[in-house]
Formats: sequence, C-alpha cells, structure tokens
Amino acid sequence: MCLGIPGEIVAVREGGAPESPRLAVVRFGGAEREVCLDLVPEARVGDFVIVHVGVAISILAREEADAVFGYLEEIQALSELEAEAGAPGEPPEAP
Amino acid sequence: MATASGRGRRAGDAVVAPPAGSGPGASATGPACPVPLPEGERVLLAHGGGGRLTRELVERLFVPAFRNPALSALNDAALVGPVLGRLAVTTDAFVVQPLFFPGGDIGTLAVTGTVNDLAMAGARPLWLTLGFVLEEGLPLADLERVVGSIARTAAAAGVAVIAGDTKVVERGRGDGLFITSAGVGVVAAPRLVAPSEVLPGDAVLVSGPVGQHGIAVLAVREGLAFSRPIVSDCASVVAPVHALLDAGITVHCLRDPTRGGLATVLNEIAVQARCEIAVHERQVPVSDEVAGACEVLGLDPLYVACEGRFVAFVAPGDADRALALLRARRDTAGAARIGTVRAAGGTAGLVTLTTAIGGQRVLDLLSGEQLPRIC
Amino acid sequence: MRYLDEYRDGQAAQRYAEALRAIVTRPWTLMEVCGGQTHAILRYGIDELLPPGLTLIHGPGCPVCVTPVAALDRAVALARRAGVVLASFGDMLRVPGSAADLLHARAAGADVRIVYSPLDAVALAEREPEREVVFFAVGFETTAPANAMAVRLASRKGLENFSLLAAQRRVPPALDAILASPDCRVQAFLAAGHVCAVMGIAEYVALAARRRVPVVVTGFEPLDLLQGVAMAARQLEEGRGEVEIPYSRAVRPGGNPAARAAMDEVFEPCDGEWRGLGVIPDGALRLRPRYAAFDAARRFPDEGGERPAPRDGDCLAGLVLQGRLRPPDCPAFGGRCTPEHPVGAPMVSAEGACAAYYRYRPRPAAAVAAVGAP
Repeated sequence: MCLGIPGEIVAVREGGAPESPRLAVVRFGGAEREVCLDLVPEARVGDFVIVHVGVAISILAREEADAVFGYLEEIQALSELEAEAGAPGEPPEAP
Repeated sequence: MATASGRGRRAGDAVVAPPAGSGPGASATGPACPVPLPEGERVLLAHGGGGRLTRELVERLFVPAFRNPALSALNDAALVGPVLGRLAVTTDAFVVQPLFFPGGDIGTLAVTGTVNDLAMAGARPLWLTLGFVLEEGLPLADLERVVGSIARTAAAAGVAVIAGDTKVVERGRGDGLFITSAGVGVVAAPRLVAPSEVLPGDAVLVSGPVGQHGIAVLAVREGLAFSRPIVSDCASVVAPVHALLDAGITVHCLRDPTRGGLATVLNEIAVQARCEIAVHERQVPVSDEVAGACEVLGLDPLYVACEGRFVAFVAPGDADRALALLRARRDTAGAARIGTVRAAGGTAGLVTLTTAIGGQRVLDLLSGEQLPRIC
Repeated sequence: MRYLDEYRDGQAAQRYAEALRAIVTRPWTLMEVCGGQTHAILRYGIDELLPPGLTLIHGPGCPVCVTPVAALDRAVALARRAGVVLASFGDMLRVPGSAADLLHARAAGADVRIVYSPLDAVALAEREPEREVVFFAVGFETTAPANAMAVRLASRKGLENFSLLAAQRRVPPALDAILASPDCRVQAFLAAGHVCAVMGIAEYVALAARRRVPVVVTGFEPLDLLQGVAMAARQLEEGRGEVEIPYSRAVRPGGNPAARAAMDEVFEPCDGEWRGLGVIPDGALRLRPRYAAFDAARRFPDEGGERPAPRDGDCLAGLVLQGRLRPPDCPAFGGRCTPEHPVGAPMVSAEGACAAYYRYRPRPAAAVAAVGAP
C-alpha cells in the first residue's frame, strides 16, 4: 500500500498562479520529476521528502536515518549479554 | 475501404540483381540527402495509391535515403546474393507511441530490432525489407525524419534496405506510422547459437544496464514528466555480438531482452533449454535513472524493455574473457555477469533470484504489461 | 538511491536475522498490515530469514484489493459513458468488477487514462474542458490528502468538469474488525508507515490500549521490516502491547498536520464496504457536503451506487485479507485463480497477497502441492 519514495528537493518553483500548488523538482536516483509541496510547507531545497502519487507527504528526519542500525546494535548487545549470562531471556510477564 | 489499393504499382517495391559478391557492405552506400519534400505537407491517401504521389514519395524520399543497387532498380522483387552459409531470416512489426522518443524513433527501432534479432542467431545481418503503413495526415516531415533515422541506423549496422512497400490508411485508422520489417543475415560458423545449446554451468552475461528503452518510452507516453529526459538504449548490437564470436568465445545462446525485459527472456530460455537459471539481483546492472524512475512508478526494472542489449550464455571457461572483451568496448562497457545455468532438478524452466539481501525467490513471467502503481 | 539502498544491506539483514533468533523463544503471529510490506517481504525473501515459529500473515492493506466490486462496476459504467474520461491509478485497471475490468472497458472503447497523481487528473480536466473527467479516488489515508488537494484545486480553479468517484478506505477500523473476529490469530501489527506519516499514531495508541496488542509503525525496506518484526517480537516476549515507531525517519507521532487538515476539510468518515471483509463502520471516507458538487456519484446518479456487492463466488479472499488463510492454502490458488484469470482481488494487484505468493514462490507442477508448503 501507499508507495512512497524518498527523493531530494533540488529546486522549488515559487510564484505560480495563486491557486496553483507549490511545486518542486525532486530527484530520485537519476530521475527527476515535479512534486507538489503543499503538504510540507516548511520543506526547502536539500531536504529529502517521501513522495506519494506526486505529492510530498513527509520530510525525512536525517537524525533518524540511522535508527534502524542503532536498534540492531542494541538487540545484538542484548543477545550477547544474555549469551554470557547463559540465560534465555526473562520470562514474559502475564498480561 | 480505408486502405489505399494494394494493387497496381507498389511504392518502393524494388529489386535488383547485384552480381554475386556485392554483399551487404558493398550495396549499402550509406545515408544520402534526399531532395526535400514540400514543407508542411501531410500524407494523403494518394501517397499510397500507386500514382504520381506514390512515385514522388519513392523517388524523392525512399530511394535517395536507402540508395543501393538492389533497391534502385525498383522492380517487384530484389535480387541479392548468393551468400555462403546458412541464412537467418526474421520478421518484426513496430508500433510505438510516441513515434519519437528520447534516444530514437520508430525508424531506429525498426532497424535495430530487426538486425538484433538476426544477431541473436549468430548471424551477420545483410538485408532488410520494410513495409510502411502511414496514417493519412502524418506530417511528411515526420516521415522524412524516420526515414533518415532508418538510413543512418542501417548504414551503421552494415545492412542494406533492399525493398519496401507503402500503404496509407484513413485518418483515425492508424497510429501515425507502423513499420513492418523482414531481415536476412548469414551464419558463417558451423556451430548453432540457440537455446538448445545451453549447458549447465554456462555463465549468463548481460551487455549493459537494463530497462532504459522501456522507461524512456513510458515516461513520454504516460505523460510522466522527468525533468531530465531518460534516453532509450535503442542501438544495434551486431558489432559486440560479432566481437564475441570472432574472438572464438563459445557462445551457446543469445537473446535480446525486448518486450518483458530481462526476466522474461530468462524465463523463455530456461523453458526452451529445460534448465534452471540462477540470477543475482545485485549483479544486474541498472542505471541510476532507470532505478529512480522504477522506484517512483512502482515498476521492476527486470521486466522493462531494452532495445540495445543482449543476454549471452557463454561456456564457463570463456566467461571472464567474454566479459573483459565486452567491458573494453564503449557500447557494452556496462556488461556484467548476472548468473549461472544449472541442471534442472524437478524445476526445468525455473529462474531463481538471489535477492539484494541474500534471500531466494522465483523470478517469474509477468501476467501482463506492468502498470504504474500507487501501492 | 539515498535513503533506500542503505536499508537493503544484506549483511545487516543477516545480523538482524541472528538477533531475532535470540529474541524469539516462542511462536508468535504478526500481521504486516500493508500490501507494500507484503510485497517487499516476498520480493526480498525476508520471511525466510525469520526464526521458525515466527509467522507473518498478510493484512488487508492493499487499496486495490479492498475496493468493493460495486465501486469498480460504477467506475466501469462511468468510463463507458460518452463524454466521460475516467482517470485512474494504473493498478486499478486490471481489478475485476462483477462483469469487466477497466482494461477491457478501455479495449471496448471507453476513455480510461492512467494518471500518476490526482493533480494530473485536475490538469486533464483543465486541458479538455469539453469532457467530464472523473477521477477514481481509491487509497487509504496516505492517498486521501492528495485526493483532497485535487478537489480543492478544482474548486479554486472553478472547474465544472472534474469530479471524484470516492472509494477511499480508513485503516484503523479494519484492524479493529480483524482483532474482533473470534478466530483472529493476529498477536501484533506491523502498522503501515505511510498511513501513519499522514495520520500520526493517536488512533493506534487507542487500539493498542483497548486490545492490548503491540502496534509497530514500520517502513517498507528490508531492514525496516526486520526492525519492525524484532520490536513486535520483543513486545510480545515481554508482554507489552504498545505503539512504537521504528520508521521514525518518516513518521512523527502527530502525523502531518497539513495533510490531515486537507483531508478533514474535504472528506468525512463513513461506513464502507471492504472487499472481502464486509462493511466496516467508519471504514471509508466520503466528500463533505460543501464539496458535494465534485461527487461523481451525485453528478451521475444513474450509474449505480456503492452498495454491498454480490459475493465473489467461492473466493476465499476474505479469509486471506483477514489473515485466516495463507494464499497457497486456498483451493483455487494457482489453479482456477491466477493473475491472468483472477477469481479474487488479492490475485490482481501487485500488492495482493495471493499475487505476491504466485509471483515470488515456486509453484510445484501438481496443482494441489501448495498445501502447507513452508
């Protein structure tokens, strides 16, 4: 569901007709296309945005980009600890 | 009836009996500059009617562009040859919208599509015939442009256009321009290049990044805007194929991944050769442009058409040499080894893919044309 | 591509797989909600990396699959109408209605155009003022804001030849319905990252609290999915049932306020049928009265309404969409039901669970072989 692809804003086209959407050129790998920025009004050139059906729906938080690797470190450290302790992990609490 | 009469004199039907030895190279004199047709004019039904306008089209456009003795005789059949070796014969039809796309047009495609099919049999292409179905109202300038592309592409591939035909259909009953072709080539080597020759252990090579043509056409046709145009890979692969064969590489099978792309031809060959083909996703070359476009459109580049690439099944001992040879050429610098043929277990005809993260899956045939998706 | 390729790293995926084996001590059943996630799981072979006993079942998050037959029939009827252009996302074209799909309607002369964006449909209406452009607005909360913008734009431009055939669905009520089913096997959800990028997590916090179920807001790349699975498994092992957001690079807890505002201005929740699941209270979105002029159902009232559809024959898609049946275990799978001749919608869309299995998993020649294949 909801194909959303991250791309980099390389140019913003300000100043169309008042009723026109705010448009940007967004680069996806080597391809570029026009994307509507109306739902991410604070987006600027250089930001990465998630684009769905030609509309940017979210600005990528760079500081969160490595979260998936951080979590991997965390659970690996955890399993090593458990391996050292020789215990299979705490028994689950009854809900 | 909508079509112009097929009786009477046919436009561009041609003939010739060049003496033996006036093979392809000899008869193709390269592109010539035709006397321009009147500006701003459009194709009329009469251009296919066999009368003056037909003759004008033939004499002022086709003959000067394709000039060669076989064509210039303007007989009902072209006489060529004889040649030594088995003949390879192919036929093809070209319908593309738009007629002109970044990197080529329907004319370029008609020549490369036909000569590439011949090359896939290990043949050296010699001759082409072309049939044009024109829609009434097509700007003559468009036709001239296409004919110019054909002449240039044919000369580059070393083939002569030795016969042709033109018909005109009423406005609204065609799509601007359709082209049909036949191609003849000669296979000099005694060894067959065909799916039946594929053996377990064969290396699977692809001659360059995949999917450029399909994305270039789709981007224009579906009104999908890309700020930087993506260019079709539409090109003849005759030269690199013969570079491999001439170097004595043991090439078992060749196939050009046109409609349905790489995944489709691998499936076809796995079935025809009754083998299994194992491919590594990471090794399949895809340009940044195509990768990005495919992500945005929700397409898989492995199923997107190429018009200037080929897949080669090469004996394992020759694989490194074949790859080095291709990579040293400018037109195949992006070649890569993407997989290996395996003996079929219970799964003849299966193509498997090692995914980017090391998982395994089937690389299946598609059920229809890929459509851009949202989800 | 930046922000994609790094999340497709094979070594990190293997390390995740190892870590998961250490986390999981008992069998658990997770549902990935979104069809895009299902697609990625099978396309990359992620399910094969999971420890035995950890089962992924595939949720109903494919808007193409859950669009009711009646909506499709109405789209086909509108497309056939003289003077109407039906604009649609490409993936809707192959989905069968009760008699035909849009591809066949187009082949028979209907004017069906593929658009990439709802805004392209508005541009189409502007370019061809003599034709009625009807945009087939499917999608979940991810797509609804873009659909809303199209309506707003058409309204501002005063376009009288643009309308919307609204067939949008809301995800959280469907998840609630799945959990309410007496033979529900789902113990945790991998929620759809892009729906939450728009909506935020408030509805999911309520759901997790009410049903005591872990909800992990997950992205779409292999490492995202593995992280989502790991977080859900840890919650289950530790007896927690809360909302976590591993896909934090795209999702804020409050969602996207501008997107939600656009959506709320133009649409309101209503009851709606999900193909295979039945009518779900508040499970759909319709145009608000002030935008009624853009409602294709009002503009062309004679072309049938969205009413409960006839049953899809003996298709078991409903069970598949609820995660109660694995696609290869369906008696029709691969035999009577293939992507060329689909019986049910999940076999049609690239995101449909049945189509994903059909495409990415070996199909033994014997038609019955699929039963219980791992």
